[in-house]
Amino acid sequence: MLRNLFTAIAGHGLVLVVRMITAPRAIWAGIEPIPRKRVYFANHTSNADFPLVWSVLPAFLRSHTRPVAASDYWLKNRLRAFFGRDVLKAVLINRDREGRDANEDPVARMVAALDEGSSLIIFPEGRRNLTDEPLLEFKTGLYHLAKARPDIDLVPTWIDNLNSVLPKGEIVPVPLICTVTFGAPIHIAPGEDRDIFLARAHAALAALSKGAEG
Amino acid sequence: MIAHAEIAQLFTGLVLALLAATLVASVLRRCGARSPAGGENIIIETVFARISAWWAMVVLLSLAAAFGRIGVVVLFALISFSALREFLTLTAKRRADHWVLMFSFFVALPLQYLLVATGSITLMTIFIPVYAFLFLPVLAAVRGDTAGYLTRIAETQWGLMLCIFTASHAPALLWLDIPGFEGKQILIIAWLVIVVQGGDMAHFITPRLMGRTRIAPDVPHSRTWEGFLGALGAGVVLGTALAWITPFAPWQAAIMALAVSLLGYAGGMVMAAIKRDKGVADWGHLIPGQGGFIDRLDSVFFSAPLLFHLVQFFWVPG
Repeated sequence: MLRNLFTAIAGHGLVLVVRMITAPRAIWAGIEPIPRKRVYFANHTSNADFPLVWSVLPAFLRSHTRPVAASDYWLKNRLRAFFGRDVLKAVLINRDREGRDANEDPVARMVAALDEGSSLIIFPEGRRNLTDEPLLEFKTGLYHLAKARPDIDLVPTWIDNLNSVLPKGEIVPVPLICTVTFGAPIHIAPGEDRDIFLARAHAALAALSKGAEG
Repeated sequence: MIAHAEIAQLFTGLVLALLAATLVASVLRRCGARSPAGGENIIIETVFARISAWWAMVVLLSLAAAFGRIGVVVLFALISFSALREFLTLTAKRRADHWVLMFSFFVALPLQYLLVATGSITLMTIFIPVYAFLFLPVLAAVRGDTAGYLTRIAETQWGLMLCIFTASHAPALLWLDIPGFEGKQILIIAWLVIVVQGGDMAHFITPRLMGRTRIAPDVPHSRTWEGFLGALGAGVVLGTALAWITPFAPWQAAIMALAVSLLGYAGGMVMAAIKRDKGVADWGHLIPGQGGFIDRLDSVFFSAPLLFHLVQFFWVPG
């Protein structure tokens, strides 16, 4: 009870800090913010990506939306564990393929979270993009997730400008305006080839980067 | 700050005027909603959004004034902060500019307003144009990335000049010693805001009532001769009618209002050109229906230094 109150306060605090620094704006281009189970797949340039997407979602969506994140990062210390596991209620994934056992299968965990009624935020690039490329190749997780639950809306989500707010290696964020653009959802076609589907998802997300300002 | 009769009268007048404007706009909106023409409604909605923005301005400026000169300085510092955030979001920058951005937000901005708050008027007028001007490129050069160097530096400096330097001249008016006008300088700020905002509103409405003749083929279609003359006319009429709240005689107020309106109009035109160059419709989204702070306040930014210098030159002895 007390713990719930504490995480709720921390959650509101996090949203407030993100809002003060980045004055973020959600652009709903092709989909409306309605309470429906979804998978938001986004580009990944910064560790603040999760809090940012989470903050721009309306509160009634936010409480049912869980990020999918690497356990080695989010369980590293108690503060991260508190924000990652308790406040953001992240679905934690073990990235170590050899070291994880059978009940740690990432796709199974994501499907289980969806079946519990949660929406998910995932980064299909699988790691932070620190290159000059706008968007890296996708890992196969998005494909397996889409195949397991083909009815779910897969929403391309483009995060703009966050890497200017806090470039890699800097400690102090500068206040610049960020936008999060939610595009028209895609679905996997019956029997669609893995590479074709991933290319299609990649193109849908990359297309949002061009029209992100507007 | 000691309450003066003029301040109370102006405040009452503004609230009554805004109440009337809100009422008229509500009636028009209700009538407009019944007519099938959709084009009219967009105008009414825009007018509505502007009236809301004015309410916000009156409330904020009154609240700030209740805390005296420091309150007004803090208000304009916050305005500068929001405007600078909008501006630097769109300027050219690279990873190496992080220190430059940190300096702009966390050093240049607070220091400039600290200079205003301590009444260091001479330092205030040279800090950004001279010292920030010389220091910023050094800070960027130290980080070593020279790709697009001059563009990055120049655009950032432009942002500092526009969003911090010009804006800070409005609260600086409070430190001018005008004989017989002590403690009432905030009325000059109010006068400035009313004149240029009235001009902006007339600039929006006149072309819709009287037709459009573009000033130049390449400027946005909102820049018309009708809008230009409407903005100047409204500014001069408002400025002269409100001469009683200023230290200016009516004929002086008319000339000042003309000068301020001309610069305010020019400001809107310059900022529209930059928006076009950067490919955006608005600077931001913080004021609903109005774009960003810069969209609403560009005319105030452009005219504040001129008003400050005119008052300092002609009304402050010695």
